[in-house]
Amino acid sequence: MKQSVFLGTLAASTLLAAGAMAQGTSTLDTVKARGELNCGVNTGLVGFAAPDANGNWQGFDVAICKAVAAAVLGDASKVVYIPTTSSDRFEQLTSGKIDLLSRNTTWTFSRDTDLKMDFVGVNYYDGQGFMVRKDLGVSSAKELDGATICIQTGTTTELNLADYFKANNMTYTAVPIETNAEGEQQYLAAACDAYTTDASGLAATRAAFADPENHIILPEIISKEPLGPSVRHGDNAWGDVVRWTLNALIAAEEFGITSTNIDELAASSQNPEVQRLLGTSGELGKMIGLEPNWAMNAIKASGNYGEIFAATIGESTPIGLARGLNAQWTQGGLLYTPPFR
Amino acid sequence: MAVITDEPKAGFRLGMLIYDTRYRSITIQIVVLFLVMAGAAWLIDNLLRNLAVLGRGIDFSFLGNRAGYDINQSLVEYTNDSTHARATLVGILNTLLVAFLGCVAATVVGVLAGVLRLSKNWVVARLMTVYVEIFRNVPLLLWILIIYAVFTEALPAPNAFRGENATSTMVMFDSVAFTNRYTAIPWVMFDNSLGWLALGPLWLNLDLAAIIGALVGGFLINRAIVRRATKIQEATGERPTTWWQSILALFGPIIAVFLLLGTHVDAPSLQGFNFTGGLQVSNSLVALWLALTLYTAAYIAEIVRSGINAISRGQSEAAFALGLRPGRTMNLVILPQALRVIIPPLISQYLNLTKNSSLAIAVGYMDLRGTLGGITLNQTGRGLEAMMLLMLIYLIISLVISGAMNIYNNSVRLKER
Repeated sequence: MKQSVFLGTLAASTLLAAGAMAQGTSTLDTVKARGELNCGVNTGLVGFAAPDANGNWQGFDVAICKAVAAAVLGDASKVVYIPTTSSDRFEQLTSGKIDLLSRNTTWTFSRDTDLKMDFVGVNYYDGQGFMVRKDLGVSSAKELDGATICIQTGTTTELNLADYFKANNMTYTAVPIETNAEGEQQYLAAACDAYTTDASGLAATRAAFADPENHIILPEIISKEPLGPSVRHGDNAWGDVVRWTLNALIAAEEFGITSTNIDELAASSQNPEVQRLLGTSGELGKMIGLEPNWAMNAIKASGNYGEIFAATIGESTPIGLARGLNAQWTQGGLLYTPPFR
Repeated sequence: MAVITDEPKAGFRLGMLIYDTRYRSITIQIVVLFLVMAGAAWLIDNLLRNLAVLGRGIDFSFLGNRAGYDINQSLVEYTNDSTHARATLVGILNTLLVAFLGCVAATVVGVLAGVLRLSKNWVVARLMTVYVEIFRNVPLLLWILIIYAVFTEALPAPNAFRGENATSTMVMFDSVAFTNRYTAIPWVMFDNSLGWLALGPLWLNLDLAAIIGALVGGFLINRAIVRRATKIQEATGERPTTWWQSILALFGPIIAVFLLLGTHVDAPSLQGFNFTGGLQVSNSLVALWLALTLYTAAYIAEIVRSGINAISRGQSEAAFALGLRPGRTMNLVILPQALRVIIPPLISQYLNLTKNSSLAIAVGYMDLRGTLGGITLNQTGRGLEAMMLLMLIYLIISLVISGAMNIYNNSVRLKER
């Protein structure tokens, strides 16, 4: 009796569930209908994503959110920033709580395939490094045998660290921590000898110290960490929008389009690719379901890639990162966007 | 005198399911059961469908893959080449370790505080009240973080012990060092260690097994000696001298085992960045243990107090009238009876403590939640599978604890004859 009731229930509820299930709509339509972009960012990493004194989110990753919101909705302020930790970021994205994850996340094979995410590009070429106090007298990561090392759990850095120490036949003790703030606290209290994460993150963390001059970032970069924005797997239309918004920012720097001269160029530029990018000729916007001036809005949001870099993490900021690998391909860097055609 | 009772043979009508009190309760139960199962089935089906849409079915095969990460404290052998299943086992053992230490310490502290709170000494009783109220009324997570932060900020780094003009020194004849990472203490080491015996997923430490075997063996031999002496005494009236036999039986085997294993005490010494040698008890373990102990002990103190208060005053008055001193009254009359009231809620506190140990992640203690539910989950992205496994393991641990405690409860229960 119970068995049959259960089976009956199961059958009935299966039918119900089939009807009740949300149809897989495009994130692009959802965002347009909502009028706001839900953007997953870091819980707080100065320069990349952190609220400023007025509580407004600022940073390199935040600029991507703003650009996408500007491209899709025409207004860079229509973003809801959702802080994500290193351990819950993927679930937030795959469960649909955020539309876009722009949170210094490394593009890896398994994340791209098994975790059902799609990385749309790279906005920062990074690598894992170590930060130590100067008075420790360490000048190379190879001298860290036996050290206690603070590390954010749930990141690729955890596995890189294990691999690096194993390859060099060294031992270490890991102090797992959840957020960057916690790591900072442990490191400053000397509860760990070294703090390891992406070199950009180390620079950003050090910039927030009271005595940044007493800490050094060791020269060894032990991994490749291409950081980039990601979207849910399978939503190609939305993936295209985010990918080409990022490309537009990079292309804008290459063509010399800045937030100050953009209106002038839109009116007067004779370069056909600039015209296509800014929507004064061609129908690129229509092809990805956006307004003709989508790229113009995106670039206006916080400037082109170079402007964003300089304003948030560049050499004139406390974080002081050089362009390095993140220069345009014409300058010997890796930034190379496909043509807007 | 045939009384014919003419039972009306009314046929069963559908309406009787609601209006007939004989059937109504069953009808309601079946409807509720149906609704509950429908709800559960809908949720599960929804989940499986959505996972299928995402292309991610339920799959536990990740447990057999290489874990690739390191764990800072492990009771069994573990390297980053071990599997995720092995990392899970390390997590389970770490959870059990802190839960066991916590339960034992919380019981001791709790019983003491509970008894002292009833003390006639005003200061002692008030102090205990303050302790109980402070620890009961602040969230456990804060206690864990505060204690850990105090360790981290107040104690010196291992570096401070270095050099001629070191700012910190080791205590207890230069053998123990309190640092802001761990407490380094001397520990016994074996030159001729027997190693580990692999029994499927569980590994047996042969050194430990040999020591326990020697202890139990010595105890059994001693018992046989005493029995034999008693027998001779009963038969002849004279008790043979057995003290040297007893000492030999109790201590001989264990000393022999220690000698055979090549036991020596290894003292910690500062080398490179950290202390090496001896045993390093991490601050995360101590902070977690202290916080769990003090927090749960506050509840246990209240349980003990209510248990003692449940015994009528007449009992202690009768004991005093018999000339028992207050301490003996407590031990012989009050506590044995109070235990019956104390044990059942005490079981829940043990379960609470065990489950609360999952807050370990806040201080980076690699318990089950930290390994399987933390790093493994993040690195494999198998959130649902890891969480289900996590729930299952906690459920089993809790059931085992409450099962064992129920057996004890039955043994102290009032025997009704």
